[in-house]
Amino acid sequence: MNNALPCRLNEFVNESTYQQMVDDMLKMARQLGADQAEVGAHASIGLNVTVRLNEVETLEFNRDKAIGITVYVGQRKGSASTTDISPASLKSTVEAAISLARMTQPDPFAGLAEAIEMAQDIKPLELYHPWDLTVEEAIRLSKTCEQNALAFDKKIVNSEGSTLSSAQSYHVYGNSHGFLGYYPTSRHSLSCTVIAEDAKGMERDYQYTVARAKELLDKAEKVGIDAGERAVRRLSAKKLPTQRVPVLFHATVASGLLSHFISAISGGRLFRKSSFLLDSLNKPVFGKHIHIYERPHIKGGMGSAPFDSDGVATKDKDIVLEGEVKSYILSAYSARKLNLINTGNAGGVHNIFIKPGEEDFDALLKKMNRGLLVTELMGQGINLVTGDYSRGAAGFWVENGQIQYPVHEITIAENLQNMFKRLVAVGNDVDKRSNIQTGSLLIEEMTLAGT
Amino acid sequence: MKNSLEFASDRILVPAGLTVTDLERVLGQLLGHRVDSGDLYFQSVKHESFLLEDGIVKEGSFNLDHGVGVRAISGEKTGFAYSDDIILPALEQAAVAARAIASQGSQTALCAWKHKITKPLYTEKSPLDSLTNEEKIALLRQIDSFARKQDPRVTQVIVSLVGVFDTILVVSSDGTMNADVRPLVRLNVNVIVEQNGRRESGSSGGGGRTTYEYFTENERAFDYAKEAVHQALVNLEAIDAPAGTMTVVLGPGWPGVLLHEAVGHGLEGDFNRKGSSTFSGRIGERVASPLCTVVDDGTIPNRRGSLTIDDEGTPTQRTVLIENGILKGYLQDKLNAKLMGVAPTGNGRRESFSHIPMPRMTNTFMLPGPHAPEEIIASVEKGLYAVNFGGGSVDITSGKFVFSANEAYLIENGKITRPVKGATLIGNGPDVMNKVVMVGNDLALDSGIGTCGKEGQSVPVGVGQPTLRVDNITVGGTKNN
Repeated sequence: MNNALPCRLNEFVNESTYQQMVDDMLKMARQLGADQAEVGAHASIGLNVTVRLNEVETLEFNRDKAIGITVYVGQRKGSASTTDISPASLKSTVEAAISLARMTQPDPFAGLAEAIEMAQDIKPLELYHPWDLTVEEAIRLSKTCEQNALAFDKKIVNSEGSTLSSAQSYHVYGNSHGFLGYYPTSRHSLSCTVIAEDAKGMERDYQYTVARAKELLDKAEKVGIDAGERAVRRLSAKKLPTQRVPVLFHATVASGLLSHFISAISGGRLFRKSSFLLDSLNKPVFGKHIHIYERPHIKGGMGSAPFDSDGVATKDKDIVLEGEVKSYILSAYSARKLNLINTGNAGGVHNIFIKPGEEDFDALLKKMNRGLLVTELMGQGINLVTGDYSRGAAGFWVENGQIQYPVHEITIAENLQNMFKRLVAVGNDVDKRSNIQTGSLLIEEMTLAGT
Repeated sequence: MKNSLEFASDRILVPAGLTVTDLERVLGQLLGHRVDSGDLYFQSVKHESFLLEDGIVKEGSFNLDHGVGVRAISGEKTGFAYSDDIILPALEQAAVAARAIASQGSQTALCAWKHKITKPLYTEKSPLDSLTNEEKIALLRQIDSFARKQDPRVTQVIVSLVGVFDTILVVSSDGTMNADVRPLVRLNVNVIVEQNGRRESGSSGGGGRTTYEYFTENERAFDYAKEAVHQALVNLEAIDAPAGTMTVVLGPGWPGVLLHEAVGHGLEGDFNRKGSSTFSGRIGERVASPLCTVVDDGTIPNRRGSLTIDDEGTPTQRTVLIENGILKGYLQDKLNAKLMGVAPTGNGRRESFSHIPMPRMTNTFMLPGPHAPEEIIASVEKGLYAVNFGGGSVDITSGKFVFSANEAYLIENGKITRPVKGATLIGNGPDVMNKVVMVGNDLALDSGIGTCGKEGQSVPVGVGQPTLRVDNITVGGTKNN
């Protein structure tokens, strides 16, 4: 089998053509009467191979591109985008944005970020590590991964397969301040999902590894073995009686809790008054031992970016210091709405960390002594307006600081404000795969609903 | 008037300079390599959206996407490539990539074209042109001022309006040549209310495969605003939700998300072919109480979940999934139907040309039973009455599913009493379906708001049910009784 599509980004994307397109669209917008404009484009190529029960199941070649423009006519805003980058299409895209901007209503806060905030001398962040991956190698790695999962235990009876994905993307953003920024990125991942069965029924679980460089991926064997182990250990899960208990969120699911915090202090929710953390700046939300910070320029970081989606320089910052909120998460627009200083977070956050404590995972189990270890969460029962949190969960019952047996078909509920206040320990078992990195998080008490 | 095939051909093939002979040649290239079957899926989508908040229509956006997906199938293997350039060289390159999957499989010949025009279930007019831009803006502003007039405690109103005009054309080596012109509109109203420092939200909306006039007919858009305000005000009074296992009465319509999660996903053909679903190999067995008959019906005119043909060109149908509690059938696309030796059910769907088709639901609902809803509530001594939900999700292997109520009340001595805060409900699909003890006579479908996600692909769907009484389901509140 030959890889019939270009496997290098530069065979698919001519960088100078993309930069020229951005420039052309900005010029066109100005000619058509825009006072300000911004254009973002991206192009990516990728390969996904899924192997199931030792046979190739899908072989997928991805090639995507898109370009979009936002124009401001006075204080009125219009946007348009397309996947068709022919000159005629680019022209009609600009025209569509202009015509929308002529009909929307003036918003005194609309417009680009200030020119002075634009990222200067963009430093390379080492986000692009292309992998000359052949289809054969992708198949071989996926097979190795799945074989290790299937061989882990006789109770592994079925598989949803193992998938290797490798993608390379090129990002360019320019605006009418004269800013033009661009950089390529890569992302490679290997995952595996298998099914274990015993007399009580089937359970599935998965494992994955993800990195910008192939050298940083976990070994295929390890990913497979972990997937097998995770599926088997869930078998013969029990339900639990309804009670108030301590809950330990395993590092693999704990980043979700922090992402709710980040959402609740994000500009869009604050100016819409749809957050339970309004007016929380300089106020304690967590205990004094909690520090949360953002580091956007980590070399090769999964969340790293030199500038945000307004073209504004991203920067290191403390978000929570000694439990107090020190910075909201703002874009140019939300900062203007709230009359605060822009934090360079248009489009989101870039590498969030919560400072790990001294304790490893086993020490946290001991500290909890008796309670629930959560390894899976289900559903979207989070109300960020009120902070009410209620989600399906599965995991393990812990007594005497040790895992006793798997549990399922339960929910955990509490108000997030109380959960943050009662976040008593952060483990040093940090899961480094996510844009929000944390160790396991121990919450002093929540309501567990079961039988 | 042109039929959908002529319309799609004019819209997609003609501008690209492609002829039927070109398509035959590309399919021929795809098949020349020990591939069992192959298809080409052309798509052109216009999408627009408008957003009102703080009393002004702040944003309008317009997107135009098009492309072609090329798929080759050999046994259980699928090779797939796509291009957002609809030109012959790109198509040929994608075909070469997709057919790389074949290592076995029979020599297949291209079948003769079977042109079959299916009567469209919805208008072929573009919703984007159904109101002028001025009228769209005026509508959003009227909804905003109407919502604010409902109650002085309303502090924020966010209204979004989305219109999609999707044209697809699918040609397959089995002789399928079919097209569909698919309008889709959606309007949503979100409100925030505030009283003595307490803030709550409410949300309501609807839509379907129709044009924007749908929202102005019968004051529908204003009903959404009323409903959103009502929901938010109810939540201002809500007390902590109970925790534990109890009797739950589910209201009609959107709470049918229960069936989507507890039953629907687990009956999709791919999971059952692979044996990974808790429902695998159980056709003919009892999987629900005898009161339950559940169907998936893609043929209801103008519904959000309906399709005249699915994304493989198969006309949609009404498929009985569970009849009087007995498992009757699965939802199939062509690949899984063939591998399981059954007929496709018109459930082969994909998010777009850049995604691989798989079995998906259309409109999934339970048929009505004998009881008046009042009678069902009166039968419960102590329990929860849940009338509105956010989303849900399911683990099809263990059968565990959740769905989250965002408007619910206590039932005490057969009467609805106090509103309670939102809570997640969790259960096991077949267990919960066996605990359905009363079925109402008030079947309703949802208002046209559902989006279903599976393996990273989103498609619009519908759900529905009559009022149901389910004994013993776990409610994830904070108050331990």
